[in-house]
Amino acid sequence: MIRLPAIKIQQGLSSRPFLSAGSFLGTLALALAAAVPLIYLAGTDPVTAYGALLRGSVGDQYALSETVVQATPLLVGGLAVALAFHAGLFNIGVEGQLVVGGLAAAAVGVNLDLPAAVHLPVAVLTGAAAGAAWAAIPAVLKAWRGVHEVVTTIMFNYLAFGLSRHLVAPGGGLASATQPSASDPVADGARLPALTETTRIHSGVLLAVAAVIAVGWFLYRTPAGFKLRMVGANPTTASFHGVGVRRVQIGALMGSGALAGLAGASEILGLYGRYLDSFSPGYGFQAIAIALMGMLTPLGVLAAAAFFGMLAAGSVGLQSVGISRELINVVSGLVVGFVAAQPALIGAYLRRRRKRQASGQGEDASAAPADVDARSAHV
Amino acid sequence: MTTRRPVPAGEDSPAVRLCDITKTYDAFRANDHVTLDVARGTIHGLLGENGAGKSTLMNILNGSVRPDGGRIEVDGRPVRLRTTSDARAAGIGMVHQHFSLIDRLTVVENLALVARPSSWPRRCVMPVDLVGIEERARLLADRLRFAVDPRARCGSLGVGARQRVEIMKALWHHAQVVIMDEPTASLSPVEAQELLSTLLTLREQGATVILISHKMPEILAVCDEVTVLRDGRVSRRLSIGADDRDPGPRRDRLEADLVQAMIGRPRPDPPARAAAPGSPRLVLHGVGDGARVGPVDLSVHAGEIVAVAGVEGNGQAELIELIVGVRRLRTGRVLLGSRDVSSDGPRTRLACGLGHIAEDRHAAAIATRMSVTANAAFGFVGARMGRRWWLPARTMRAHAGSIVDRMSVRLPGLGANIEGLSGGNQQKLVVGRELARDPSVLIAGQPTRGLDIGAAGDVHRELAALRDGGAGVLLVSMDLTEVLAVADRIVVMRSGRIVGDVPAADADVDTLGGWMTGAQPSEQKGVQPSEQKLVGA
Repeated sequence: MIRLPAIKIQQGLSSRPFLSAGSFLGTLALALAAAVPLIYLAGTDPVTAYGALLRGSVGDQYALSETVVQATPLLVGGLAVALAFHAGLFNIGVEGQLVVGGLAAAAVGVNLDLPAAVHLPVAVLTGAAAGAAWAAIPAVLKAWRGVHEVVTTIMFNYLAFGLSRHLVAPGGGLASATQPSASDPVADGARLPALTETTRIHSGVLLAVAAVIAVGWFLYRTPAGFKLRMVGANPTTASFHGVGVRRVQIGALMGSGALAGLAGASEILGLYGRYLDSFSPGYGFQAIAIALMGMLTPLGVLAAAAFFGMLAAGSVGLQSVGISRELINVVSGLVVGFVAAQPALIGAYLRRRRKRQASGQGEDASAAPADVDARSAHV
Repeated sequence: MTTRRPVPAGEDSPAVRLCDITKTYDAFRANDHVTLDVARGTIHGLLGENGAGKSTLMNILNGSVRPDGGRIEVDGRPVRLRTTSDARAAGIGMVHQHFSLIDRLTVVENLALVARPSSWPRRCVMPVDLVGIEERARLLADRLRFAVDPRARCGSLGVGARQRVEIMKALWHHAQVVIMDEPTASLSPVEAQELLSTLLTLREQGATVILISHKMPEILAVCDEVTVLRDGRVSRRLSIGADDRDPGPRRDRLEADLVQAMIGRPRPDPPARAAAPGSPRLVLHGVGDGARVGPVDLSVHAGEIVAVAGVEGNGQAELIELIVGVRRLRTGRVLLGSRDVSSDGPRTRLACGLGHIAEDRHAAAIATRMSVTANAAFGFVGARMGRRWWLPARTMRAHAGSIVDRMSVRLPGLGANIEGLSGGNQQKLVVGRELARDPSVLIAGQPTRGLDIGAAGDVHRELAALRDGGAGVLLVSMDLTEVLAVADRIVVMRSGRIVGDVPAADADVDTLGGWMTGAQPSEQKGVQPSEQKLVGA
């Protein structure tokens, strides 16, 4: 059996909101700062570049709406990754599950003829179910045979990409007669309705927000979520205390797949109205960075998705000042890098702070009691 | 070993002198102006409760923790120990309680990791001289009278042998001072005896040993001097002469004196024995896993503490797993009360009144990275705590709070990660959690491992109280002293079977030891299940 290193996330951190918010902003600032030399290399200065980025993402109402549109799939995808992570599983297959979810939603939207009130929920739920089904085989292989989910979910990504290309290729089951590499438009009754007339914001956003609340509630306010986190923290302890580890692992990975499928369905039914091959520019992979940057908490994922949504929306603004939008990929990459370094950075920060406090206590005895009081109050 | 060391500055200067050492963690004073002199060529015992500051002090001497204030002298010369390699260069080596061997590597390869050159450019280009290391390893093993195969993979070695490798690692750089942190905690009685004679060998050869231990008998058996820490301060310092070691009133007085200095009160009395046992609470009938255990017949009655004694690795861990339901039962039946739970999982068994204090806390009892509150709720959530879609945080906190109060766990806060607690306090939390289940059968796997005398006494009293309340307790322990003090009935396990069964009142160390090692013919009672024992109870 291949053993890959487990990725450990400090769960305790979520109980220290200021520290986690601080490290979130710190990571972000470091990534943006590290991109500065590259901006000069690209022939402009950071003020112009970041100014354009801000204008393109939050500068006016339309820019803001584009940020929301871009953030939606990233948010749901990020929740998918986070959910699996809490159970100790690394779901790299979110991208594939998202594609399959989009495919299934489009198939239902195009081919079924149902009343509007039923058609949309059926299409959305089919998308989620397809994502869950795509995660089911890796999940079962993991739980019963110990096959590492990283390997199988990556494999299943390629299967999903192939399936998608095949279905919308000429002669494929979903291919449109008029538009290459796409399906026919879905029925109007299966579309997620737009929320405004002038922007691309669609009601998939509401689904995403509902997903944040649902995942947060599930993880921290239900026995099932507690057991899931227990399996992630120590599977042996969990099994000794009556938790069915295999069931939890299968459920977590399939739940993660369902969220990913929901993200895909929301894009297809909300934004595009038809299945487009490669409709996802890698949402499922960015979702991993988003989940980690958000420290796996639903609100953190929301914040991280908003940031990545800003980057995506702002890239259009960047092009307008003559910078390649590839710079956005560089910034995303830097964020991922700093997120990976985060535990080390936080650890170094905490150590320094402790040391300062310790030496402060030694030098100034009168300050010590107040300091101690403040901390015990915080605890 | 003395040949490679420079001549000491003065013959009467102590091997190690820690002077006025202070170390504060947040608001907690781990060491408060501690002064410790360790004379050359002696074994120096360092005693104290959990959290008394022993480990902090020794980590300071080992260079892994920096003191806030104080001086350190080695051989009469002041030294600054900023890192463990500084300590190594000063001739100080430490054997930690938890081993740090890489299982997949051989003994020689593990030693190569400490033998590597100290500067990194050389580390990158110098070839590793495995042949030379093996040769030295054999010499070192001979000198210490160790039988360790240098080519064995560390993963295949027993606990005692692994510890010997750790000792060789500590001595590799000609350490003059060896710190041993609770070295016998995970050893069988025989291995522990071997370790103590190794310490004597080291002393004979001129080394200085600092021995951290909770166990009075071994301190009294080998130490020349003892320092007791309490609440970060030195509370007692005395030397032990040859006539103090022999059993007798003089030794008893000395022991009582040390215990008083350690815990601030006399040693807690062992709990009283049980009255007559009642109906069976746990019945094992021909239980086995088809490999390492079985068939085992055993019953634990209401109002009875049954101890399973044995050398570690003789199937005790597997037997516990079979009882809890995480190991597949291949043969036999498990009954809790009158209910056959053979085909049920841990969840049902917990619901039937089973409690379990896991032998290996980190592996099976707690989840680091989760909070104290969460850890206190394991086994409760989903069963007795919360509804299907609602797990009230307040209930969980109240539950954790009551356990913390009852067991007087010292902790920074309920929301803190459980890793922030010392090992002893983690264990108290686990014990408290299992008692809070109000079990009718409690499986206690080495429940006092790593606890100091005071806390261990508390756990023993809790076990006795549980028994007196009508529960059955199955105590699995390697510590014969504990078994003899607490149990009502003792069974001995060897090679996955029960080879002896005796009321604690009739038991003595020699018989038990004989059964454990197989030196004495086993009593057939346990091997041949007597039907009337199961039925007649």
